[in-house]
Amino acid sequence: MPKETAKSLAEDFQSLGINDRLNLLLEFSENLPALPERYADHPDLLERVEECQSPIFLFVEVIDGIVHLFFTAPAEAPTTRGFASILHSVIDGLTVAEALAVDDDFPSKIGLAEAVSPLRMRGMRGMLARIKRQVNEKQ
Amino acid sequence: MPIALDTNDKFQEYANPAVLVSTDWLENNLETPGLVVVESDEDVLLYQTGHIPGAVKIDWHTDLNDPVTRDYVSDEAFAHLLGSKGISRDTTVVIYGDKSNWWASYALWVFKLFGHEDVRLLDGGRDKWIVEGRTLTKDEPAITPAEYPVVERDDKTLRAFRDDVLAHFGNPLIDVRSPEEYSGERTHMPAYPDEGALRGGHIPSAASVPWAKAAGENGVFKSRAELEEIYLNGAGLKKGDDVIAYCRIGERSSHTWFVLNYLLGFENVRNYDGSWTEWGSLVGVPIVKGTEPGVAPAPKR
Repeated sequence: MPKETAKSLAEDFQSLGINDRLNLLLEFSENLPALPERYADHPDLLERVEECQSPIFLFVEVIDGIVHLFFTAPAEAPTTRGFASILHSVIDGLTVAEALAVDDDFPSKIGLAEAVSPLRMRGMRGMLARIKRQVNEKQ
Repeated sequence: MPIALDTNDKFQEYANPAVLVSTDWLENNLETPGLVVVESDEDVLLYQTGHIPGAVKIDWHTDLNDPVTRDYVSDEAFAHLLGSKGISRDTTVVIYGDKSNWWASYALWVFKLFGHEDVRLLDGGRDKWIVEGRTLTKDEPAITPAEYPVVERDDKTLRAFRDDVLAHFGNPLIDVRSPEEYSGERTHMPAYPDEGALRGGHIPSAASVPWAKAAGENGVFKSRAELEEIYLNGAGLKKGDDVIAYCRIGERSSHTWFVLNYLLGFENVRNYDGSWTEWGSLVGVPIVKGTEPGVAPAPKR
């Protein structure tokens, strides 16, 4: 998927009707990159996102000042996978400073709350907060 | 004319066998006129990843809850929703979903608030259908919109509000949340988002029976004997009891409501959908912490 910015992503979602927003989220969900083997064998390194209804784990790597994100979530949790994939497409590859500058309230601004319900959006905010905390710790 | 019931032996022992269908029955009836299959999941996208052929989706949050007021959709909105899914008042509706039909039970309960006559659950839900290797499709069903009448929702028979709970003391209450939520160690489910309650604990005198105890392997309902062991011997319910069940927002307790009402034949079971997110934040209501039920205060009528 092409590199998205928080702004272009919000525009993509907001240009669509509710049903197509869900379809786009599903597309993101299907494109969540698989966990590389070095992490697949080390579940202890991954942090559980407690705010999500489904089990999802994430891990942040900072190499030469560039942020890389890794997620794992079951196929039966497509919404959670979709949230992770959106964050991956927006944040993976950014510099530390750029990643930390991502608006904490970005998940509320992409027009998804109407499609999936505000309650479900909490999971995405939880992921973002944990990502930024890990970036801070590892920079 | 209602569609023939599933005469599966297992269902005959329940108080009301008409409310369940098996995966075999459903597969054989997918083309039967007058049947609409509804998928209702916790995950809002799960339906889109593949569903039973012809099934329509109804989401507990975006379709059944009012977007502004904390309540179910209005009579008009419910009529519009069902009509748009091709359901008319005499349609046989079979609901199924993920997680042992947790959300499917919730949808069924809302259908019953509006008095829809023939609603059944697929025993075992989505997981059993998949485990058995039955067909799923991503194809959107062709829906012929139907006329559904505007029916006044009945909020008295199957639904309890907080004042009903205060007036109910002295009668059995069933708390279907996790043991940690019941004792007050935490206000939300382990590994689930905190939907917000200012106090932890349970409603005085409520018996703790986590909802999933009623579900067996592959999410099917346990046998009548097993259910009686849990709710009669275990939780002390007696025939003829007037029962209120609650959880956090009324979804898990819909599953228990279904079991008590239809499978065990309790005639007066209400679901308190305000549940802990309301009770745990109400000013001045009694709360008990710890693993013991505690004593019911005098009912407040």
